[in-house]
Amino acid sequence: MPLSLDKAADHYDVIVIGSGLGGLTTAKRLAYCGHKVLLLEFHHQLGGLATWFKRKGHIFDISLHGFPYGMVKTCKKYWTKEITESIVQLKNIVFDNPQFSLKTTFDRLDFTNLLTQKFKISQAIIDSFFATVAGMNFYDDQTMTTRELFEKFFPGRSDVHRLLMEPITYANGSTLDDPAITYGIVFSNFMNKGVFTFEGGTDRLIEMMTYDLEKNGVTICTRAKVERIIVEKGKVRGVEVNGRVISAPAVVSNSGITNTIFDLAPRDAFSDEFLAKADAIRVNNSSCQVYIGLKQECEIEDKGDLLFTSTAPVFDSSELLDMHTRSKTFSVYYPKTRPGHDRYTIVASMNSHYDNWNSLTPAAYETEKQALIDRTLVDLNRYFPGVNDKIDWLEAATPKTFNRYTLHTRGTSFGTKFEGLAVSRSLFKEVAGLFHVGSVGIIMSGWLGAINYGVIVANDVDAYIRSA
Amino acid sequence: MTRDDIKDLILEIIKDIDEDADFETLQADQPLRDQLDLDSMDFLDIVMELRKRHKLQIPEGDYPQLASLSSCVNYLEPLLKNV
Repeated sequence: MPLSLDKAADHYDVIVIGSGLGGLTTAKRLAYCGHKVLLLEFHHQLGGLATWFKRKGHIFDISLHGFPYGMVKTCKKYWTKEITESIVQLKNIVFDNPQFSLKTTFDRLDFTNLLTQKFKISQAIIDSFFATVAGMNFYDDQTMTTRELFEKFFPGRSDVHRLLMEPITYANGSTLDDPAITYGIVFSNFMNKGVFTFEGGTDRLIEMMTYDLEKNGVTICTRAKVERIIVEKGKVRGVEVNGRVISAPAVVSNSGITNTIFDLAPRDAFSDEFLAKADAIRVNNSSCQVYIGLKQECEIEDKGDLLFTSTAPVFDSSELLDMHTRSKTFSVYYPKTRPGHDRYTIVASMNSHYDNWNSLTPAAYETEKQALIDRTLVDLNRYFPGVNDKIDWLEAATPKTFNRYTLHTRGTSFGTKFEGLAVSRSLFKEVAGLFHVGSVGIIMSGWLGAINYGVIVANDVDAYIRSA
Repeated sequence: MTRDDIKDLILEIIKDIDEDADFETLQADQPLRDQLDLDSMDFLDIVMELRKRHKLQIPEGDYPQLASLSSCVNYLEPLLKNV
């Protein structure tokens, strides 16, 4: 069980600010390497955006929609056997839009069949496309955009572009105008073996991770909000948290990269050149969600695990970000998702801009929120006719909600655009002992990206502490 | 450490990373990545284990030297000669 802050010591080898999957993983790896680690979380619950909430017997998962098979290897190496064994495949991925309707396992074999048979693309082009995206590295040339990549292989085929892009836009917030590598790396990860989820839900995963952290000796404090990172003579000295100073030669911030630089660290700790780069970071978009819980005795037919739906005539990145978008995903949680729990829940997710919601008057905000719920129910009834009568919980979240719970700049749910990665990676070269882990650069986002980035950063921190 | 000790050390670390790794047909002068299905995260694990076990600091610029079993041994031999 996490402790209250008054139980923490006055000094640690390393302090981790924030308990998203990146922060949790960095804490675990550093404890495994033998360091004395303090993990501080402002919320009462660990997990960052890997979170959940309970209402009227329902448990709603916020970001458990599907991750690539790579999670199996990653959890096996960096977490526990029990966590690894709870990873299961989601086999029914549904697309439904004016251009096509289909069901897929979302892997290379099935996509190849769909592209040849349904979309009439030649095998040679498909093979060449897959080889191109599979060969992409984050340090590759970034001048080609995803739009250009699609036009190169499937010119004028807006239906194929939609099939390939829509899921990735929901997975990492990237658009057709972002570097093609941010698309290719994530798409290839999914195409490896399909889409997977965590049996038992986010709450069970975080509980297992918490247990493992404690077993490895990490001190975890919740309701502990770091006010500032203390830097003296170019070096990190510790943090001030709930008014108390705790010292450490290394601090890892799992707060957003922009929050870390502009809100937590002193501005004079950075060079003008570095601040200019940080100023240029574009945070990614936020999200809207509608949480739908069904009455105890009610069931729904299995119509798929993840439904990519839209009534927009063609795919358009800006349409997906519109406040009144006609595109959304439904993540359907059947009782099989949570063995021992017999409730059905559905989470509708949309991408969204913080500014559109933040600029509303309180009255207009409530009206728009209700309209969001109403539109979602209209769409949901196309797949589950008559579902309205079965619902006993309805609630919506907007970018403002994401901002309130994660404190992320403009409620970003996918970290930053590509340039954030270089700033995050070079932070410790700017201020000795200060590190950042968290969703950056589009590729280091999602559950798998966050955990792997946690390992990468832990390696830097371990090297730093041991050389000091 | 002798060259054979270093070779055993690397193989032991890889076995910890992937218990199914098959060393039977491993060619020492060919890239480990192609033969054992290792990815860049696995190489990072090797770097971290070497630091943990033998306090070795391998700068990022030297990571390519860990590409094959032979190149690992060549690179690590002077660093581990007193171990």
